[in-house]
Amino acid sequence: MKEAWLFAAQRISALVLAPLVLLHLGVILHAVRGGLSAEEILSRTGGSPFWGVVYGLFVLAAAVHAPIGLRAVLREWGRWRGAGLDIAMALFGLLLLVLGLRAVMAVL
Amino acid sequence: MAVLEVEIWRGAGGDGAWRRYTVPHRANQTVLDVVTHVQRHIDPSLAYRFACRVGMCGSCAMTVNGRPRWTCRTHVSQAARKGRLRIGPLRNLPVIRDLAVDTAPFFEKWRDAGARFVPSATPPDAPVRPDEPERAAADAGIECINCAVCYAACDSVAWNPDYPGPAALNRLWTLVNDRRDGDRDGHLEAAGAGCHLCRSHQECADACPTGLNPTAAIAGLKREVFRRTLGGGARGRRR
Repeated sequence: MKEAWLFAAQRISALVLAPLVLLHLGVILHAVRGGLSAEEILSRTGGSPFWGVVYGLFVLAAAVHAPIGLRAVLREWGRWRGAGLDIAMALFGLLLLVLGLRAVMAVL
Repeated sequence: MAVLEVEIWRGAGGDGAWRRYTVPHRANQTVLDVVTHVQRHIDPSLAYRFACRVGMCGSCAMTVNGRPRWTCRTHVSQAARKGRLRIGPLRNLPVIRDLAVDTAPFFEKWRDAGARFVPSATPPDAPVRPDEPERAAADAGIECINCAVCYAACDSVAWNPDYPGPAALNRLWTLVNDRRDGDRDGHLEAAGAGCHLCRSHQECADACPTGLNPTAAIAGLKREVFRRTLGGGARGRRR
């Protein structure tokens, strides 16, 4: 049952991530046209609820998606099983969430 | 007379070596014919397994030139490369001796995956029509002969001891689609533990001698387990 839930969580977070990654790549292409500077980035993101929501959602989805995938890789290729792996992956997800949200906060 | 250069794996357990034999090449000769010739005319100590010789019993599977095959229905002309054959035991199963593998793990995983029909009301509440979508989905996977060729072909089986394997999951999918089966929910619960370990490489579908597509069956299981996990309930099924 746990595996079924993790599978569902990973697929749903992938559904969220797919358009956001495309949007993110588009923004990168757009943003670097006239040279990349901190002012330029902050002028786009500062005080913008839209970019706050977009990247907040991005971070949330990535923090769900990445640990589940990494867990599968470590189970199959690292032969690591059991509660230790689950705890480590939960901490890894939390780390992604904290680092990501911190970065989002910083540019808002 | 034309001859075949044949290498056959000889040995017990993990120990062994390839041994060379020269076998007369005949028209319409199968790989099983070649193995049988070696045992009857060259070395009677060769161990291998077969029964029906017509592609029904699923006992003669071996690795032929690197590919798992049912040897009774594989012509030498299909498998030989430049008149050479290399015949070994199936992968992913313990070798008893020579070409005979112990299929117990294959069937034990099948059993542990819960891939077993559970009887329900007799007769079923409504006639099962051959053309209804679920029956068609079940029929697509029903002709499995339990030969373990898919199990030997599968990389997920090779690197993950928890993975039930394509045949067991294919059987689960036929049961999930069988309206006469009494425990669809239990089968989906069981599938949830194993079907996500399939990496969709499609080696099983490529190797299946009867042309089944276990990868598609497993994808169906993933889909239904997903639906069930999110509380979607049974699709178009009366309980």
